[in-house]
Amino acid sequence: MSFINYASREINCKIVYYGPGLCGKTTNLQYIYQKTDPTAKGKMISLATETERTLFFDFLPLALGEIRGFKTRFHLYTVPGQVFYDASRKLILKGVDGVVFVADSQEERLDANIESLENLKDNLEEQGYRLEDLPFVMQYNKRDLPNVSSMEELRELLNPDGVPEYEACATTGEGVFETVKAVAKLILLELKKGG
Amino acid sequence: MLGPQSAFVMYEEELNQINEVLNKLLRDSNSKVIFLVDKNGQLISAVGETENLDTTSLASLTAGNIAATGGLAKLIGEKEFSILFHEGEKDNIHISIVAQRVILVVIFDQRSSLGLVRLRVKKASDELGRIFEDLTQKTEEQERSGQSQSPFAEITDDDIDNLFK
Repeated sequence: MSFINYASREINCKIVYYGPGLCGKTTNLQYIYQKTDPTAKGKMISLATETERTLFFDFLPLALGEIRGFKTRFHLYTVPGQVFYDASRKLILKGVDGVVFVADSQEERLDANIESLENLKDNLEEQGYRLEDLPFVMQYNKRDLPNVSSMEELRELLNPDGVPEYEACATTGEGVFETVKAVAKLILLELKKGG
Repeated sequence: MLGPQSAFVMYEEELNQINEVLNKLLRDSNSKVIFLVDKNGQLISAVGETENLDTTSLASLTAGNIAATGGLAKLIGEKEFSILFHEGEKDNIHISIVAQRVILVVIFDQRSSLGLVRLRVKKASDELGRIFEDLTQKTEEQERSGQSQSPFAEITDDDIDNLFK
């Protein structure tokens, strides 16, 4: 649910990065944080365990600039990917405006991707959303690794609807900005429709 | 109640009323900072000594805190915990839910007390609740009459592309 503030002429939207454990959601945010001009970003917050696994969420506020005199701000969140943190994932999806699914391209994570995508759909439905109705972008991460599934296979299993999709390597930043731009654009187009 | 997809809209008139209530609460409760956050973590307003505070982060963590506590409440069969209190060495945080949809956060030190804050927050919450009721009504009316022309209705693909240059 975007927040349109006529008093301060601002619009705030919430983007959630979803995906199985260790797929690179936090790495996506860290890369964006590192490469963004200090004036355009706030502090990045990571609520993580001592072993750097996301415990509750990561948060990164981004200011993109103005459209028609309105400052556009995007709040980027990640969910904890590990299966047993489901209660926390549900909370973070509240009020979401757009979703990025970060898939782990490694063959051995194929089932984990499918399970996480199903979990995303279930949790959205519980909040009264349908994934098909939301701005949604697919990112195939870790394309640089040797043991990856083919794009055809990933596409068939994870993206049958053909939403915008990007190959990525979040550690080097490849595909990271393309992904966030794509989802931001879909959200703005949704607002244009009068969402 | 607004649907999950519709935007939460704030107008200048209501924001001024809200700030009036918050500033009065700041004085009456002798507190340092007060801010108001939407349950999704968007900052609505902040008054008091906000210069050295990262209000955006505070807003998002407060909403996360309320969401987690709400989850706990449901697990034990409560609807929600409407008040949270965190006590620090110098500063304390009093968090309460207003009108079931926004979060009122009061930061105070030894110049005030929990009792005083609770008392003043209760009164301010009633006033804020009324403002948000009006706001919801106004948004719904505008939607129905088709006046809620989104400021984004006229944007072009070029406008959006320009953001990413």
